[in-house]
Amino acid sequence: MGYAWNWSVLLSATPSGETTFLGWLLAGLQWTLGLSLAAWLVALIIGTLFGVLRTVPNRWLRGVATTYVEIFRNVPLLVQLFIWYFVLPELLPSTWGSAIKQSDPLMQQFIAAWLCLFCFTGARVCEQVRGGIESLPGGQRNAALALGLTLPQTYRQVLLPMAFRIIVPPLTSEFLNIFKNSAVASTIGLIELSRQAQQLVDYTAQPYEAFIAVTLLYALINVVVMLAMRWVEATTRFPGFVGGR
Amino acid sequence: MIVYDKVSKWYGSFQVLTECSTQVRRGEVVVICGPSGSGKSTLIKCANGLEPFQAGEITVDGISVGAPGTNLPKLRSRIGMVFQHFELFPHLSIMANLTIAQVKVLGRRPDEAAEKGLQLLDRVGLRALADKHPGQLSGGQQQRVAIARALAMDPICMLFDEPTSALDPEMINEVLDVMVELAREGMTMMCVSHEMGFARKVAHRVIFMDQGRIVEDAPTEEFFGAPRSERAQQFLSKILRH
Ligand SMILES: Nc1ncnc2c1ncn2[C@@H]1O[C@H](COP(=O)(O)OP(=O)(O)OP(=O)(O)O)[C@@H](O)[C@H]1O
Ligand SMILES: [Mg+2]
Repeated sequence: MGYAWNWSVLLSATPSGETTFLGWLLAGLQWTLGLSLAAWLVALIIGTLFGVLRTVPNRWLRGVATTYVEIFRNVPLLVQLFIWYFVLPELLPSTWGSAIKQSDPLMQQFIAAWLCLFCFTGARVCEQVRGGIESLPGGQRNAALALGLTLPQTYRQVLLPMAFRIIVPPLTSEFLNIFKNSAVASTIGLIELSRQAQQLVDYTAQPYEAFIAVTLLYALINVVVMLAMRWVEATTRFPGFVGGR
Repeated sequence: MIVYDKVSKWYGSFQVLTECSTQVRRGEVVVICGPSGSGKSTLIKCANGLEPFQAGEITVDGISVGAPGTNLPKLRSRIGMVFQHFELFPHLSIMANLTIAQVKVLGRRPDEAAEKGLQLLDRVGLRALADKHPGQLSGGQQQRVAIARALAMDPICMLFDEPTSALDPEMINEVLDVMVELAREGMTMMCVSHEMGFARKVAHRVIFMDQGRIVEDAPTEEFFGAPRSERAQQFLSKILRH
């Protein structure tokens, strides 16, 4: 095969001249990181909230949480993104809709992708949290309540601390997934990492270098996330804890 | 202290408790026995509202457990409960297990709570284990900590749900000893237990349940002397044989 490898292309200037092609990739990396981390933060919060609601005694609250999960877990991610980006502005009152359409397009893309990712991932975190809570011995809740703790205190002090320790491994894979899933944002034009790779190919005609570089950057994210989660696991371990499931 | 008045409870269409009435007076020790599934656990869990019931009334220290306006967390904080499977909080140290509710529920200062905790650990002979975690203790030790945890709240009465039935035989006595001491000090106690030696030693009354009904409710001597119902006689002969 006569492919002409040319790694120095990464360091050559882009057509606009302000930066190198590697600079493009790093700019894309920033969007991928910013989008994914912002979405992960919210996904953890609403996932925890709805995960708790799925296990409370009140069946109306449970119903609300179940509805949320069923909707966001079962509709394909790409469809959800198109709904947030294209359909939602049409459904809002027309003044809001046009305000959105006049705003900075980059912001529109980012916010739609962010909403989409945190709702989707939140539903998955919710199920992990519910599973973690349900895997605890049933007597734990009773023991906490019998001491006079309120239901919210019971969750905060007793059930969630244990549930989270148990679900660190599945949460790690959700955390990894959110970076991969953030690539859907390229379909609405957000110039994140995978979209930059595509651009690089278009401009340099060196697809192998571009995709190897991007793969390495995604792999780097993976390694960092794994290390971070391993650190979390180690620092929250306590004597006598048999981790995982 | 604890009064049950015609308490009935259903799980769907299945009736678990049928018009149970009894009372436990201040300083009294009542042991509840009966075959598996007869509703013993359910009966005592109704006393602190861990299980709701659909008919009848339970009052503890004059407060109605089932009334809609009752502050259940507050009432529960005054009723100690000990479970079959200990239910210590595994992520917390022994000391934190003893102090968490004192601080979060009673609003005690952490140092006050810790002092109380140490005092109670001393009492159950486990002061040296304060910094361990529950997973590092034997079953008998965990159950003694669980009793100490309940006592740390200065309860007005204690509920025990088969506190020794998950223990290896050699650990049963260390837990019963703590309970006997507690009974002798005048704690009001309601104990689901099949430890008939314990019942004979400290119980004022024994309640026998069968199929969700209180079949027998008699002073201890009378109960062991001549149980009135045939079911209780059968049950006793089975349980006392070993
Ligand atoms: N959540 C529930 N839903 C339906 N039925 C239940 C539930 N909990 C308990 N029961 C039933 O209620 C009955 C009484 O249960 P309970 O646990 O009070 O019995 P018990 O006397 O404590 O038995 P054991 O000696 O086995 O502990 C049993 O027949 C049990 O199957
Ligand atoms: Mg029981």
